[in-house]
Amino acid sequence: MSVTDEELAEQHEAGDRLGAPSRLRVVAGRFFGSFQGRAGFALLALMFLLAFAGPFLGRWSYTDRDFTAFLAPPSADHWWGTLQTGADVYAVTLRGMRRSLVVGLLAAVVGTTLAAVVGAFAGYFAGWTDRALTWVTDLLLVLPAFLILAVMSPLFASGQWPLFVLVLALFLWMVTSKIVRGVTISLREREFVYAARFMGVRPTTVIFRHILPNMSSLLVVDATLNVSAAILTETSLSYFGFGIQPPDVSLGSLIADGTRTALYAPWTFWFCAGLLVVTVLAVNMVGDSLRDAFDPASGRGRR
Amino acid sequence: MKGYGGLRAESAGRPGTGRADRDDPAEPPGPVLEVTDLHVTFGAGAGAVRAVRGVSYAVRPGEVLGVVGESGSGKSVTSLAVMGLLPPHARVTGSVRLHGREILGADEKTLSAVRGGTISMVFQDPLSALTPVYRVGDQIAEAVRIHRRVSRRDAARRAVELLDLVGIPDAARRARAFPHEFSGGMRQRVMIAMAIANDPDVILCDEPTTALDVTVQAQVLEVLRRARRETGAAIVLITHDLGVVAGSADRVMVMYAGRPVEAGTVDDVYLRPRMPYTAGLLAAVPRLDAAERPVPIEGTPPSPAALPPGCPFEPRCPLAVPACAAAEPALEPVGSPGHLAACIRAEEIEAAGGAPLAARPPGALPAEAGAEAAAGVLPAGAGVPARTGGAFGGRAPEEPGGRAAPPPRRDREVVLAVDDLVRYYPLTKGTLLRRRIGTVRAVDGVSFDVRERETLALVGESGCGKTTTLMEILRLAGPQHGTVTVLGRDTAALGARDRMAIRRDLQVVFQDPMASLDPRMTVYDIVAEPLRTHGIRRPGPRVRELLRLVGLEPGHAARHPQDFSGGQRQRVGIARALALEPRLVVLDEPVSALDVSIRAGVLDLLTDLKARLGLSYLFVAHDLAVVRHLADRVAVMYLGVIAEIGRVERVYAAPLHPYTRALLSAVPVPDPGVERSRGHVLLEGDLPSPADPPSGCRFRTRCPLFRMLGGSERARCVDERPPLRMLGDDHAASCHFAERSGAV
Amino acid sequence: MAGFLFRRLLNYLALIAVATSLAYALAATALNPRANYEGRNPPIPPAVVDARLAELNLDDRTPLPERYLRWASGVVRGDFGRTVTGGSVNQDLGRRIGVTLRLITAGLLLGSVTGVLVGAYAAVRQYGPFDRLSTGVSFAVLAVPTVVLANILIIAAVWFNYLVGAHVLLVSGEATPGMPGGFAAQAADRLRHLVLPTLSLSLGLAAVYSRYQRNMMLDVLGADFVRTAMAKGLRRRTALVRHALRTALIPAVTYFAFTFGALLVGTTFTEKIFGWHGMGEQLVNSISANDVNTVAAISCFAALAVLAAALASDLMHAVLDPRVRMGADR
Ligand code: SF4
Ligand code: SF4
Repeated sequence: MSVTDEELAEQHEAGDRLGAPSRLRVVAGRFFGSFQGRAGFALLALMFLLAFAGPFLGRWSYTDRDFTAFLAPPSADHWWGTLQTGADVYAVTLRGMRRSLVVGLLAAVVGTTLAAVVGAFAGYFAGWTDRALTWVTDLLLVLPAFLILAVMSPLFASGQWPLFVLVLALFLWMVTSKIVRGVTISLREREFVYAARFMGVRPTTVIFRHILPNMSSLLVVDATLNVSAAILTETSLSYFGFGIQPPDVSLGSLIADGTRTALYAPWTFWFCAGLLVVTVLAVNMVGDSLRDAFDPASGRGRR
Repeated sequence: MKGYGGLRAESAGRPGTGRADRDDPAEPPGPVLEVTDLHVTFGAGAGAVRAVRGVSYAVRPGEVLGVVGESGSGKSVTSLAVMGLLPPHARVTGSVRLHGREILGADEKTLSAVRGGTISMVFQDPLSALTPVYRVGDQIAEAVRIHRRVSRRDAARRAVELLDLVGIPDAARRARAFPHEFSGGMRQRVMIAMAIANDPDVILCDEPTTALDVTVQAQVLEVLRRARRETGAAIVLITHDLGVVAGSADRVMVMYAGRPVEAGTVDDVYLRPRMPYTAGLLAAVPRLDAAERPVPIEGTPPSPAALPPGCPFEPRCPLAVPACAAAEPALEPVGSPGHLAACIRAEEIEAAGGAPLAARPPGALPAEAGAEAAAGVLPAGAGVPARTGGAFGGRAPEEPGGRAAPPPRRDREVVLAVDDLVRYYPLTKGTLLRRRIGTVRAVDGVSFDVRERETLALVGESGCGKTTTLMEILRLAGPQHGTVTVLGRDTAALGARDRMAIRRDLQVVFQDPMASLDPRMTVYDIVAEPLRTHGIRRPGPRVRELLRLVGLEPGHAARHPQDFSGGQRQRVGIARALALEPRLVVLDEPVSALDVSIRAGVLDLLTDLKARLGLSYLFVAHDLAVVRHLADRVAVMYLGVIAEIGRVERVYAAPLHPYTRALLSAVPVPDPGVERSRGHVLLEGDLPSPADPPSGCRFRTRCPLFRMLGGSERARCVDERPPLRMLGDDHAASCHFAERSGAV
Repeated sequence: MAGFLFRRLLNYLALIAVATSLAYALAATALNPRANYEGRNPPIPPAVVDARLAELNLDDRTPLPERYLRWASGVVRGDFGRTVTGGSVNQDLGRRIGVTLRLITAGLLLGSVTGVLVGAYAAVRQYGPFDRLSTGVSFAVLAVPTVVLANILIIAAVWFNYLVGAHVLLVSGEATPGMPGGFAAQAADRLRHLVLPTLSLSLGLAAVYSRYQRNMMLDVLGADFVRTAMAKGLRRRTALVRHALRTALIPAVTYFAFTFGALLVGTTFTEKIFGWHGMGEQLVNSISANDVNTVAAISCFAALAVLAAALASDLMHAVLDPRVRMGADR
């Protein structure tokens, strides 16, 4: 909540200037203080740069076909070689990566938000709300996500990828939500929550003002790790032809094509597979370092 | 080191209390454990934390050395260093000799041979100190088998013997139980059994009773005494509780900021303190046996990462002179032989016989201290609160504020009335196959009222239902049974709007200031939250006013709770509770999470606010000494019912219920003379489960009076639940034979 | 107590029923079995197609509720209907279930045991070379999706076989069909088929478990009871194995239920890529073949498997942790 009071504004400023460094700065300091954090962040930034700025460097667009070079090895003309169709590997791979990154990020954000809200409401209200929400969570856990997504894949054709993101997110939140519920139940018994309740603050306000902010570290870390989970799921679905539908490409569909020619035209497989691995690795490193930065008592840096 | 020699040479036991196993007039045995100039440092460079800075002591067989200090004084780190149990990144220097053999820095083989054998340790929290997945008998047997080549079966038999020795009933069966099936006191007995399994020569006890209730604490201390008798071991008793040491130790060492600042026999240190910190600490403890108000020590202990160059107590010391900041004073003999103090003015104090010396002018207090000491509440310059023969120099006991006494109780309005309140919980067991195995009768028919401008304390040990009672009141919803009337309104009949209106007048201060303030919010937002919730748009001026009221700098409003010390945080909590100008404030153990030296300041603030703002308090506490200094009336609870209720002076002076008697007698008094002469009523056994309370009188399973009664009288206790009977002017107790409780 | 168990099982049953029904409804709406008969040469007369579809209960002109009821009444009797080719779903999946279970068991055992051991050792030697190495490797493995990992394994195996000059590792199927020879030869053949799929399944699992177990172990390493064990005179190593590891295993077991779903998905990919004729392979195939009944049956199996895993993990939890066990006397 923001301070709207001018009366104290200057004191605030003064306090901030001389006062303790803000939590954000502390976390950022710890995050960038670790090698893993720096490396992960740099790699991830590089991947984004490549995915969004890289295509402008190449001469080919991902829709182009070079009918003079089918399955050609890397050369000055085609930096990463070409596919069987004559498409430029550099162009299509970056295009695929862009799609995978966007899908992964969006799905993770939507999924984590859903997890936070459902988990917090279930944990805070207990009773019937809890039972109903937990049951739905269990149901989605029990439903085979891959199968449902695959069955729905025809719906994602012709540029309906936002729908794909939503359905993907729908299967990403359950485990996080269970964790959020557990944390909420313990936070609910904390005295500052009691204090808010006993001063008459409404339950939904308590959730959004006191409960969720106090697990923001958990949520940020989880959202990050969900990005990699979403990217991996997307790739696997696309690999089997159930995800991003042609003419759109994603890393998964490229890898699927690449495996067929991998043995005699390695560039068709290794570039997209390599980029995928590096991206996921970078996301995981960022997530792990974030966890440590938020909570120095966990994992590294302890004892 | 100089101090060490003195400690060793002059550590004879008190005359007349000599131990049988030590009564060898020819030649006192040499020390079993000698610690010399121990230093422990965590980290390195600028951020290095010097947790222990030159500790030396020695203990002889059968002797009890008390080590006293507040949190962060390095007392626990010292004992872990002696055991060699500190994590590897701690740097430890100095010398630890066990029977003359150096064990500091010894290899793991040597260390593991002495640990648990010659020297053993009892830890503070017996729940986390026992492995949750093994049976307690097996854990004790393991300790036996590590050091002795005995068969599994013999070790198991020995484990049962040990459990029996530490007073666990039905030891053979209980040995097969898991730690979580034991109560806190029983677990601590198990820890002690483990520690004495191999007949050690030294037992280090690190806050062995801190997590326990007072009646259980008394039992555990008794077990420790028995353990010492059985093994003849020396005991190092580490605690923050001055009372515990007064009653149990032969000699005391007071620690501050990682160093011993005063040492000597119990009588010397308690009755003739020569270091201002010790004197201040003794004056800051609320005492059960004295009406004097405790006097806070101003300021907070220094951070071990940033120690002042001179005397570490200098910023808080009322006697500080410029020379104090120059160099750290050494621990030097003062007064009677064996008495050591680390203060450059110790000789002066000695010469003055402990009388107050010239104090530092009140304006010279540093900012931090000023904030901590409830500006305007304290009479400035309390002087050295040193005490000779039990008398405090210090403040007069009269109420501050100098206002007229309130009208008599019966003429004042009832702000809270609780009538026959009941709260049961279902008791379930197991997570895999959850089933309901009974009903916890947390609160079972409790009635009391609080009138305007009065403080009612609910006291009792854990599990007595005091916190449940409080939560039931704060919920402002109809209870399962009975009625709660707040400011004349029955809570069962409240609509949403009325409930909101009552919330303005009913506020709460919680026990743990760290937990009760949202760590993500600034102090400004925390204090403004109730104002905003109740529709006040521009809370700025009021927030500033409130912070000033509780003795905090309004300029600190933009800080987060973490940036404050414990006492200051609790002041923020109090400011928040007062924001809406309530009439009734519920205090849930408001000082029990604070260090002794800070506690008194918060208590002063609460008393002052009550007088100034005309508040009524409902005060929940387990510490009877604190209650004595804050409350007007007290209700003693036991297993969900009220055992005794009445005016504080009356209940404390002439308790009518055998439980109140036992409770009062179990509270240790920080005065060795008083402790020695007092009779103790030691309660037996544990609190029965509130899921299955005894029939008739709930206290009968532990009641000392019950045991003195005849058969027919006993039958009455067993069959008939004693009602709360009025036995004097505003003094009632629920015991059939309250008139005879003096016999206990 | 019996009541509680009963309610729990009833809840499981409801979850399975709803999940399977949802999957059926979704598959019946989204998949189009009619497409299987289109574009044939010579074209199949529509009437024949209709008759065929109606016989299989796949006719999209029958209202969904009607198809659902017919399907559900079969399921209640234990009959999951017919595949698109007319075979019995029960028989088909019955054959495949064993394949999948064998793969899962091998992968799970190898993955979890390796993971727990690696994680525990890494925690004890925190920041040592082994810790750094295992952390690096598990990070790398976690970044490689199963589909890529499986393909990399295949490429590596082909290369390895080429290097050795013999077909040591086989990359397709569970066994060589019509393989001559006695039991020993058969077993060796199966083993050569088993290595790669098991690796592809268990590597990821081991990585996850090693990270998790390392964290759990670090949590208890500094626990008071480990200190007590050392204060009793136990060596650090003994205290860690006897007290810390035993206690740190408890959360790992609970974690098992969470990872099981991922394991099923991993199995699907592994089977498909390595050509094992299990449930997972059939899942991918049945969606491509618009085989509604098989899809629903596989969902039912998956739901059952996940709940069974949850139950198993609870049971193991109770075995390992006396605090949740019941009936302990007081
Ligand atoms: S040395 Fe000075 S500051 Fe320290 S305790 Fe003595 S008088 Fe106070
Ligand atoms: S009623 Fe009986 S058992 Fe209860 S306190 Fe009085 S004497 Fe003791």
